[in-house]
Amino acid sequence: MGGGLYFTEKKDFDKNLDLTKIKPYGDTMNDGKVQVSFTLPVDDGEKAIFAALGLAKKMGIKEPSVVYHASLDKGYTYFVVYGSLEHSIDYTKIKVESVEIEAMTMEDINDFIKTSIKRKLIVIGATTGDDAHSVGIDAIMNMKGFAGHYGLERYEMIDAYNFGSQVSNETFVKKAIELEADVLLVSQTVTQKNIHVRNLTNLVDLLEAEDIRHKIVLVCGGPRISNELAKELGFDAGFGPNTFSENVASYFVKEIYNRNSK
Amino acid sequence: MNKLNLDFSLVEGARKIARNIAIDTQKFINKHSTTSIERTICRLLGIDGVDEFGVPLPNIVVDHVQKSGLINNGIALYLGNTILHTNLSPQNIAEKVSQEQLSMNEFPLSNISEIKEVLSSIIKKNLDIIKRNKQHREELISRYGEKTEPLIYLIVATGNIFEDMVQAQAAARQGADVIAVIRSTGQSLLDYVPYGTKTEGFGGTYATQENFRLMRSALDKVSEEEGRYIRLTNYCSGLCMPEIAAMGAFERVDMMLNDALYGILFRDINMQRTMIDQYFSRMVNAYAGVIINTGEDNYLTTDDAYDAAHTVLASQFINEQFATLAGLSEEQMGLGHAFEMNPELENGFVYELAQAQMAREIFPNAPLKYMPPTKYMTGNIFKGHIQDALFNIITILTNQRIHLLGMLTEAIHTPFMSDRALSIENARYIFKNMKDLGDEITFKEGGIMQKRASEVLKKALELLIKIEKEGLFKTIEKGIFAQIKRPIDGGKGLDGVIPKSKDYFNPFLEIMSRELNLGGFK
Repeated sequence: MGGGLYFTEKKDFDKNLDLTKIKPYGDTMNDGKVQVSFTLPVDDGEKAIFAALGLAKKMGIKEPSVVYHASLDKGYTYFVVYGSLEHSIDYTKIKVESVEIEAMTMEDINDFIKTSIKRKLIVIGATTGDDAHSVGIDAIMNMKGFAGHYGLERYEMIDAYNFGSQVSNETFVKKAIELEADVLLVSQTVTQKNIHVRNLTNLVDLLEAEDIRHKIVLVCGGPRISNELAKELGFDAGFGPNTFSENVASYFVKEIYNRNSK
Repeated sequence: MNKLNLDFSLVEGARKIARNIAIDTQKFINKHSTTSIERTICRLLGIDGVDEFGVPLPNIVVDHVQKSGLINNGIALYLGNTILHTNLSPQNIAEKVSQEQLSMNEFPLSNISEIKEVLSSIIKKNLDIIKRNKQHREELISRYGEKTEPLIYLIVATGNIFEDMVQAQAAARQGADVIAVIRSTGQSLLDYVPYGTKTEGFGGTYATQENFRLMRSALDKVSEEEGRYIRLTNYCSGLCMPEIAAMGAFERVDMMLNDALYGILFRDINMQRTMIDQYFSRMVNAYAGVIINTGEDNYLTTDDAYDAAHTVLASQFINEQFATLAGLSEEQMGLGHAFEMNPELENGFVYELAQAQMAREIFPNAPLKYMPPTKYMTGNIFKGHIQDALFNIITILTNQRIHLLGMLTEAIHTPFMSDRALSIENARYIFKNMKDLGDEITFKEGGIMQKRASEVLKKALELLIKIEKEGLFKTIEKGIFAQIKRPIDGGKGLDGVIPKSKDYFNPFLEIMSRELNLGGFK
């Protein structure tokens, strides 16, 4: 078992919040408390604990404490470490590229399309490549939706087509042309060896080759997708976890409206 | 075990209707084969390996006969005939065909009894391998002793079989009883089975016979160390259901995911193809003593666990009847279900407990496969660990047999070694602490749980009646399962469906049906 039961060190640091150097918060401002867990490929024992403590210090954790360690298998030991992070970050300098739009309700989105775009929007979605996960795209598109948020199929002013999972980029682009889609939604779950990056970039390439990239709003989503990554890969926007159909739809209706009014 | 006061006349009624549904579909199945079944026959006759381009020889041989328009008679007829005329082994024939040194269609067709005769020793030799494997498994299980508590089922999925072996052995030492090697994403849609050692998969590891062999030997080793038989699981789903079954049978794989409808609904594989393939693949599994796992849990990832509970039960009834027709005993039917209630649902745990208990009471001899929460796992590993704990409690209270262990890091990544260790610790703690609690509990008469079970059963029965009226194919076309619609001529693999000629010959279907005591169907 680990060392100290209670942290009894003196709290002789500045306890005032300073946004130019924020730190993790345990129970006192600027105490820097963090918890880390990891496995080392060595047998459990005194030497392993010192290795874990040494690593924690290298991570910038002051006075690390191994509160738990256990052998997982021969040659593998698991650690839980607590300590105080030395580093701080200047919060005032942080700029984030997130899709910052207020989510409208389904009714508002329908109204917005009726009054501001004045025609039904065609939205197609799929999990592309070999990725077999359909949960993400279903959550956004299926009539039933997810966690009480109806999917795009239920939107009166949206014609939604969900092609499911394992759709090749070529097929997806073909469908986009065939249906004259306004919006393309791509879901990616499998990220092993960055396959999603290759797959998403390939889609952008195909759309550009067909000369339709500029005509559509191109959106991707998935547990490991961020807006930043999406933009980097040539998408218009990217949505991470805890996204519902309203978030996505609010974004693309505004985007289409903005493009039309330019 | 009767806690729910279920109306068993309804259960029997549902079972009878499910049987009618299965028999009705079986009539269609009996008139057809598939390219995958014919390739399985090649494999069972000893053909293996690939050509210089990596194309498996079973594919080459079947394509070769298909091109001349004769595949409707069955590949076995032409292999047997070619052996009679050349005295070559099936493997040699396949190699020569692949090098275009031999055409199997040019020989005059010998008498069927001669063909059967020449194949019989090869068939016996290869089926004996499968029988010996089955026997060996039984011996090992009786030597080590069979666990009575739920079997802890864990997944490895590194993409590299050698890394998988390390992970699997570690998991077994930590307490896993069953190791499933998840397949590389997309393998289900390959119309061939890759060959040899594979170390490059995405989201999983390619199922190949060599990978089966490697993992089997790694698990045998750790079984001996631990004094427990560690079971190996793979996936008889997708476009190569029966081939994977045959390969698993040769390498003593113990469990196979093998659902009658899964491929149709969730992989968009043509429904005719899947129905035909599931039959022969299940027969091979039955013969090899493999426990199949069905995939009802998947319905609940697209549909709601509360609203769609009856579709799970209806599907379990249908899977049970298809399994019976293919020769599987109840003890080989790992019927599936899942803990997927929305955590926000008031009394969600109570409903879940009722449904899990219901499955046990309706299928008392089946080693039920219970799947952990996935849909409502968020990345909050601390809450996830509790969701998994609730799932573990239901398993031990209702004595589910095959317990797919939930991971606190579900929805984040394929499990780390430490994720598995924490999850096993969670399950073992609960299984030990609550071991006999289920026996101590009776359910309140007319209470929430009894009412819930009775309601689900009634709705399942209604659904089955509707399916019987429409026929299974029509039902799937209408999207009644998992709200997914599949047209009868849509999806992948329809071109592999083969109408049998009146001379169609599949010796394994005959022999296995006979040995599995299946009267009336062939």
